[in-house]
Amino acid sequence: MTGTPLIEVEDLRIDLDDGSRRVAAAEGVSFRIDRGETFGLVGESGCGKSITALALIGLLRHPLSIGGGVIRFEGREIQHLSAARQRELRGNRIAMIFQEPMTALNPVSPVGRQIAEMFVLHKGKSWREADQLAVEALASVRVPAPERRVKDYPHQLSGGMRQRVMIAIALACGPDLLIADEPTTALDVTVQAEIIELMRNLCAERGTATLMISHDLGLVANVCRRVAVMYAGRIVEERGSADIFRSPSHPYTQGLVASLPRLGSRAALGRSRLKEIAGVVPAITNFPDGCRFNPRCAQATDICRTRAPETDPLEAGGLVRCHHHA
Amino acid sequence: MKLRANLVIGGVLFALAIFVGLLAPWLAHTDPVMDANLMNAEEPPSWTWWFGTDDQGRDIYSRVVYGARVSLTVGIISQLINSVIGVALGLSAGYWGGWWDDVVNALTNVMLAIPSLIFALAIMAVLGPGLTSLLIALGLTNWSFTCRIARASALSLRSQGYVQAATVLGYGDLRIMITQLLPNMLGPIVVIGTLGMGSAVLSEAALSFLGLGVRPPFPSWGSMLSEAREQITTAPWLSIFPGLAIFLTVLGLNLLGDGLRDILDPQSRSRRT
Repeated sequence: MTGTPLIEVEDLRIDLDDGSRRVAAAEGVSFRIDRGETFGLVGESGCGKSITALALIGLLRHPLSIGGGVIRFEGREIQHLSAARQRELRGNRIAMIFQEPMTALNPVSPVGRQIAEMFVLHKGKSWREADQLAVEALASVRVPAPERRVKDYPHQLSGGMRQRVMIAIALACGPDLLIADEPTTALDVTVQAEIIELMRNLCAERGTATLMISHDLGLVANVCRRVAVMYAGRIVEERGSADIFRSPSHPYTQGLVASLPRLGSRAALGRSRLKEIAGVVPAITNFPDGCRFNPRCAQATDICRTRAPETDPLEAGGLVRCHHHA
Repeated sequence: MKLRANLVIGGVLFALAIFVGLLAPWLAHTDPVMDANLMNAEEPPSWTWWFGTDDQGRDIYSRVVYGARVSLTVGIISQLINSVIGVALGLSAGYWGGWWDDVVNALTNVMLAIPSLIFALAIMAVLGPGLTSLLIALGLTNWSFTCRIARASALSLRSQGYVQAATVLGYGDLRIMITQLLPNMLGPIVVIGTLGMGSAVLSEAALSFLGLGVRPPFPSWGSMLSEAREQITTAPWLSIFPGLAIFLTVLGLNLLGDGLRDILDPQSRSRRT
């Protein structure tokens, strides 16, 4: 892609202050998302993917803080902006939806009002105009009978409907970047597919870039053009989403891909145990020296235990952080 | 929703008190201040004098009816002041935390340590007696419970998903507090406010009894009790009826508060559904 990327993260480090010392909960995180692009961030719980998203929108709170690195939005550094300037970006230019559509809506306020509030807050509309726009916004996320639904309270809606409302709120002001943090984890599989499809269509229509965060490699690769895999606070591999399944390069990614259940695998390979990655994710306060994956890695050698690998570009395109990558 | 006895009885008693206060000029038989007539002094209750008369021949029924105005004005307005102060301090302290929380906590502890009636007495001593100073004194001394509850609610609500979502969507602090936190904590605040109104009515009676409330000869229930003190053996009706009025109003407010708590308390609500 040419030109300035929409958002560019360079060597971001996020510190965790555990009272006595500061440890890096994430470090060396670099990626860029172009305008209208879909980018996925995949990793296990606690690998640092959600706090990376929070850092992007300036919402890290004690004990977490940005320890270094640069975040650029349209070429402008935003990590040191004042609270008021960051607030102008949030919701307006960068929006976010969460995992829990059950709790992310205010239970005592009709959903239409919650959508309308975005127009009042960021676009300076009057409440009357905003209410009208809220009906349109609700219609755009394919909620049936939107002019009646705007008066409903969140508890009157199903989980899928609520997530649609959340998407309507998030996209209300036409943001340039939508961060979706596990947007469908709490939903049924069938509803999940509908919501993903809806998000993909709306973002494509409006040219909204998406940063999708999930533990579900299959889902992310399906939705996103490029995928980064995070492990223990570092991005270990960044690839086009087709490549990451075809030829995963980092041993962790290889493990992830191998551990995905495949339809028809039993017919082809016979009844076999699903592959797993041995061991557990190390605690933030107790990351191993060298490559952080080395205690669980089958290919680990001495250098992996002493020196942290740098990111290397791959011939086929993409980046990997491993001493022994193919 | 099933109507509860305490809610109905409390509501009726409180509504009755408000009704009496509002319609006092039409309900009263005589002017509570001017219609003194020594010819009718200390009449016991009868068909003519429903609640009897006092030593100056004033109709106790009419004075009790007018007294409702003072008691309710003080009860409602002073509790409103308390609620506003308590919610503003508690909500902001719970949401922002930090040094502001420490300041508000210290202030609340001080307020809780001083008996509020004594504090109100001190304020009255500075401001002098009268309805306005009564409102100020009672309005400034009884916000600590509201503050505690608002703070506790804000602490638990601020980690709710929708509050975080609002932050992510670019809401300012004030907007979050007003649109996200306040409506969700209104239940307990209303309950404590209703109960507080009852205690404000009692405090008004106490301060008026001590001669610091509404100036005689204008009637308030507390000052009527105070004046009736010396005749309690010879003319008990002078104390019984204003006392009964206080009792019924406070009882009504407490029952109403209890009933509202049953409806609004999120825990009892989840138990029912």
